[in-house]
Amino acid sequence: MAITLEHYLVVGALLLTIGLFGILLNRRNVIIILMSVELMLLSVNVNLIAFSTELGDLTGQIFALLILTVAAAEAAIGLAILVVFFRNRGNIEIEDINSMKG
Amino acid sequence: MAEIITGLTFYLFAAVTIASAVMVVGSRNAVHSVLFLILAFFTCSALFVLRGAEFVAMILVIVYVGAVAVLFLFVVMMLHVGENRLFQGVKRFGVVGVLVGVAVAVELIIVITTRAFRQDTPAVAANPATADLNVTEALGRILYTDYFLLFQMCGLVLLVAMIGAITLTLRQRDGVKKQSIPQQIERKRDEAIALRKVESGKGIG
Repeated sequence: MAITLEHYLVVGALLLTIGLFGILLNRRNVIIILMSVELMLLSVNVNLIAFSTELGDLTGQIFALLILTVAAAEAAIGLAILVVFFRNRGNIEIEDINSMKG
Repeated sequence: MAEIITGLTFYLFAAVTIASAVMVVGSRNAVHSVLFLILAFFTCSALFVLRGAEFVAMILVIVYVGAVAVLFLFVVMMLHVGENRLFQGVKRFGVVGVLVGVAVAVELIIVITTRAFRQDTPAVAANPATADLNVTEALGRILYTDYFLLFQMCGLVLLVAMIGAITLTLRQRDGVKKQSIPQQIERKRDEAIALRKVESGKGIG
C-alpha cells in the first residue's frame, strides 16, 4: 500500500474537477464560484508539492508559496468587488448579473 | 507496518479532502460551504505533511484557514446570501456541465495513470533537497537568494491587492461628522468668532 506520486495526482485531478463542477453548475451565488476557484488553486498546489517531493527538488514548493500569495490576493480583490456589487444592487445572484450583456 | 499506517492515513485524508470539496460546491448554506472549505484546506495540509512538505503545509493553514477562509466567512455573513441551489442550473447547463466535468476528470486520470510523463533518465534537480537541512531552512536559503525577485514581486502583488480592496470598499458617506485637518488649519479667527456688544437686559436678539 505504498503511496506513490499518482495517488497525489489523482487527488489533485479530482479537486480540480470538483472546482470546475462548482463553477459550471452553480447558478445561485458568486461566493461559491470564488470558493471553487480556491479549490482549483489548491489542486494545483497538491500537484506541485507531489512533484517537488517526488523529484527531491524544492523549486516546486517555492512555486506553491507563490500560488498561495496570488490566491490570497485574488480572494481579497474578488470579495471586495462582491461587497461593492452587493452595495449597489442588493443581491449577488448570478442570474441578475447581466447588465454588461450585449 | 509503518507503510500500512501511512497508506491508511493518506486514504483517510484524501477521502475527507474530496468529500469536503464536494460539500463546498454542493452545500445549500454558504456558511457551511466556507466551513467545509476550511476542512478541505486543513486535510490537504495534512496530506502535505505526509508527503514531507511541512513548511508549505503550515503556511497553507495559516494563510488559508487563518486569513482567506475567515475573510470569506465575514463576507458571507455580511451579505445576504440566499440558499445555494446547486442543481438549479441543471436544466440549462446540466448536460454540458456534467459532460465537461466527467471528460476532464477521466482525461486527467488517464494521463496520470499511464505514466506518460515518466522519463527514463532522472531529472536534474535545480534545487535539490539536502539531507543536512530541514525543509524550512532549505526553502529559506533558496527563497531569499535565487527567488528573491519573485519573492518581492509577491509582496508587490499583495500591496496592490490591499490598495485595490481598500479603494473598492471605502466610501464617503454623507451626514457623518468627521475631522478634517486641512479645514481646521484653514480656519481664520474672523470666520470662527464673532464679537457682539450685548446690552444689559436685552440679550442677543
